[in-house]
Amino acid sequence: MKMRRSVSRKTGQTNSTDATDLFRSASSKASSKEMERIDNLFYSYANKSSGMIDPEGIESLCSDIEVSHTDVRILMLAWKMKAEKQGYFTLEEWRRGLKALRADTVNKLKKALPDLEKEVKRPTNFQDFYAFAFRYCLTEEKQKSVDIESVCELLGLVLGSQYRAQVDYLIEYLKIQSDYKVINMDQWMGFYRFCNEISFPDFNNYDPNLAWPLVLDNFVEWMKAKQT
Amino acid sequence: MTMNERKTIDLEQGWEFMQKGITKLKNILEGLPEPQFSSEDYMMLYTTIYNMCTQKPPHDYSQQLYDKYRESFEEYISSTVLPSIREKHDEFMLRELVKRWSNHKVMVRWLSRFFHYLDRYFIARRSLPPLNEVGLTCFRDLVYTELNGKVRDAVITLIDQEREGEQIDRALLKNVLDIFVEIGMGQMDYYENDFETAMLKDTAAYYSRKASNWILEDSCPDYMLKAEECLKREKDRVSHYLHSSSEPKLLEKVQHELLSVYANQLLEKEHSGCHALLRDDKVEDLSRMFRLFSKIPRGLDPVSNIFKQHVTAEGTALVKLAEDAASNKKAEKRDVVGLQEQVFVRKVIELHDKYLAYVNDCFQNHTLFHKSLKEAFEVFCNKGVAGSSSAELLATFCDNILKKGGSEKLSDEAIEEMLEKVVKLLAYISDKDLFAEFYRKKLARRLLFDKSANDDHERSILTKLKQQCGGQFTSKMEGMVTDLTLARENQTSFEEYLSNNPNANPGIDLTVTVLTTGFWPSYKSFDLNLPAEMVKCVEVFREFYQTKTKHRKLTWIYSLGTCNLLGKFESRTTELIVTTYQASALLLFNSSDRLSYSEIMTQLNLSDDDVVRLLHSLSCAKYKILNKEPNTKTISPTDHFEFNSKFTDKMRRIKIPLPPVDEKKKVIEDVDKDRRYAIDASIVRIMKSRKVLGHQQLVLECVEQLGRMFKVHNTLFSFLFFFFVFVCESFVFLNLTTLALNEMLILQPDFKAIKKRIEDLITRDYLERDKSNPNMFRYLA
Repeated sequence: MKMRRSVSRKTGQTNSTDATDLFRSASSKASSKEMERIDNLFYSYANKSSGMIDPEGIESLCSDIEVSHTDVRILMLAWKMKAEKQGYFTLEEWRRGLKALRADTVNKLKKALPDLEKEVKRPTNFQDFYAFAFRYCLTEEKQKSVDIESVCELLGLVLGSQYRAQVDYLIEYLKIQSDYKVINMDQWMGFYRFCNEISFPDFNNYDPNLAWPLVLDNFVEWMKAKQT
Repeated sequence: MTMNERKTIDLEQGWEFMQKGITKLKNILEGLPEPQFSSEDYMMLYTTIYNMCTQKPPHDYSQQLYDKYRESFEEYISSTVLPSIREKHDEFMLRELVKRWSNHKVMVRWLSRFFHYLDRYFIARRSLPPLNEVGLTCFRDLVYTELNGKVRDAVITLIDQEREGEQIDRALLKNVLDIFVEIGMGQMDYYENDFETAMLKDTAAYYSRKASNWILEDSCPDYMLKAEECLKREKDRVSHYLHSSSEPKLLEKVQHELLSVYANQLLEKEHSGCHALLRDDKVEDLSRMFRLFSKIPRGLDPVSNIFKQHVTAEGTALVKLAEDAASNKKAEKRDVVGLQEQVFVRKVIELHDKYLAYVNDCFQNHTLFHKSLKEAFEVFCNKGVAGSSSAELLATFCDNILKKGGSEKLSDEAIEEMLEKVVKLLAYISDKDLFAEFYRKKLARRLLFDKSANDDHERSILTKLKQQCGGQFTSKMEGMVTDLTLARENQTSFEEYLSNNPNANPGIDLTVTVLTTGFWPSYKSFDLNLPAEMVKCVEVFREFYQTKTKHRKLTWIYSLGTCNLLGKFESRTTELIVTTYQASALLLFNSSDRLSYSEIMTQLNLSDDDVVRLLHSLSCAKYKILNKEPNTKTISPTDHFEFNSKFTDKMRRIKIPLPPVDEKKKVIEDVDKDRRYAIDASIVRIMKSRKVLGHQQLVLECVEQLGRMFKVHNTLFSFLFFFFVFVCESFVFLNLTTLALNEMLILQPDFKAIKKRIEDLITRDYLERDKSNPNMFRYLA
């Protein structure tokens, strides 16, 4: 606060270099203060021994920003942070995320969420977010696929708002079919492409001779059989 | 008299003289009493013309004579000929016309002789039509032009009368129609335009009327008989009075009206149409149907379709019959291919024989019908019966023919014939690789347990399979047969070795059959704990084998061995022929009186499955060598066993069979695995060389690669049959690209299967989907 006042007093000055220098140092001081606050916020949730925010910490963060920990916005936050391990945030990830959101307090973080949602929903970002959501579930080392149950939940979470009908049917199908017990990244990305490109519920422009994942070929067949 | 001194003939004068000659001619033609022309008469007339043409101008009357020549005809025709024809009608008119035409030709002939000199110079010089033509043209322009319509109608009426069965004067019609032809003077235009067109139209109308009645009243065979008869008659008609060029056009019209128009109705007549004829085996009618329908465009397509449907239905009915019979079987026998399935295969063969005969005889070996037969068989031959695939059924059928005591008791020739037919049926089966596997397993059993009835037949069917499916299809099987021959030689050397090394002798007669791993089906070798006596045998053979070769590894398959034991029962000693597993179990009782299930299992070191099976065969089956406590019908892990010293049987030597494990599931699993490997290898090979490829292209190339020698069958892309790669067992799959293509078998590809393999390869990081185009794949090195 003090800093700002002194900067505004100096606005009358003709010597611009001095002003920019001051501005720079002022902003760098501001940013380092901001970083300090961000770090402090981190440590308020972090586990003392591991030095990371663990699932417990995330839970309390969630209650502070008044968002359920199963809410998709937490996933979006993790995406913004480029978090690697599900259920944990490192200091670096925390800094990255909050800095980008320009939030250094819980309140600001809460207020940044709607904008974050909008940002994620932009087509260029959404695909990246969608892929991130899957990778985030690969908790074991060398794990390449996610089990059907989790995939169904994730689909609902990530695509549900935009493609309710397709997602509901797809989830129903995935649960009753027995060809696949797990879904891999390629199939996962296929689901998004499917919702995006294929007209529903007639599937008129769906061509099984193209490289759609086999699980989707089977889904369309199943749907068509249901519709007759 | 010389030329120069010739007296000039005046035109009028000369013409008056000529006129007399012409009148004489007319009288002769009219039939009036008039003497014939003498040579002198002729000479005079000719010379008169000659003179009048060769006189010096202005007395050269060529032009005038030429005109008068023509006028003579015109006058005669107008005054006499035309009226005489005009006053008559119908047939009488035709007769008059014919007479007048005939007369006219005579008149032309004579007059043109008289006036011949004109033909020689005058006509050529002036490029005028010759005399003959002038004469005929007169008739054409005056008579023909006026009357051809009436004549045509009269002729057509007569033709229709003849069609209705009346007798007509064919010679008359021939003469009339000859006029139409001759009047064209070399061109067929007049005949075609003035007669033929109308005649064809009338014919079409006539047969259209007839057909519309017949189709309602007659059965299909009757209609066809009529149609055939009509065509025959029309052909006959042409040969008798129509011009030959009319034949194809006429027949085409008749065929169109009788057959093309009503083709579908005819074929689909409810109780007498094509379906019914096939059902009732009406061979003659079907032959007729073929003859008739082969003449109309695309006529055979619907017939061959109905044929295909019929054969398919018959075949499918056989499948259902077999299914129903099988479902009545007792539950525990369900997995075993039983008598009904054998009957089914035989019936399918009979069905094939029957309809192949149809194709050859009724349908004159036509490719369309061969194709229909093939497609029909492909439909139902690939339906399994009672859980057994058609591939398995065929393999079992062959087994029954080839093994000793098989259910088929046939003469040598009959067997050869049957084998021939079975191999032909194989062409319709899509899962040929499955057949090969089943066949191989059963062949192994026959060879190893000496159940093969006749070596020649074994070799014969392999030759036939080789011819039909290629050498690689049968190479392993041939290897198996050869192995046995080698094994016998080997055994001889082993026995020699034993006699040369008496202390090596284990004291038990030992026969070993050495098999080459690659040829034979894979057998699990369990680490059976052999009884001590047998351990020595194994060692001795191993030592012997070392002397022969050091580079091969021997794996002992005890599950296939047999032993002859002497059972010293209270009543008498009986020789027991048992498997090695059973023998090992029995020998345990030489040192223990009573053993529990778990003790036996531990001592033998076998699985539960094997132990249950072998104990069951020794204690709960026909021959109770062991007593079981409790004396129930099934083996349970809490049972106890004792040697049954009271066992007795009237035979000195009994065989105690050990029922084999059902191989069906394993065979199917093995074949599925091989197919997956084959497809994987193909995909990787293609992607490695192309680096980037679109999905459809990849699938197509994969199919092509796997089906290089034969074609691929699939409804999506409509290819025919194809091969795939069967990979040799001893390779380890770390790097698919170095897979050797050892064997090619035959398989019907599943395009979904290829897609699934692509996805699997993506998960295993062999391929990735292109980021910008989801229909393209990239090879990941």
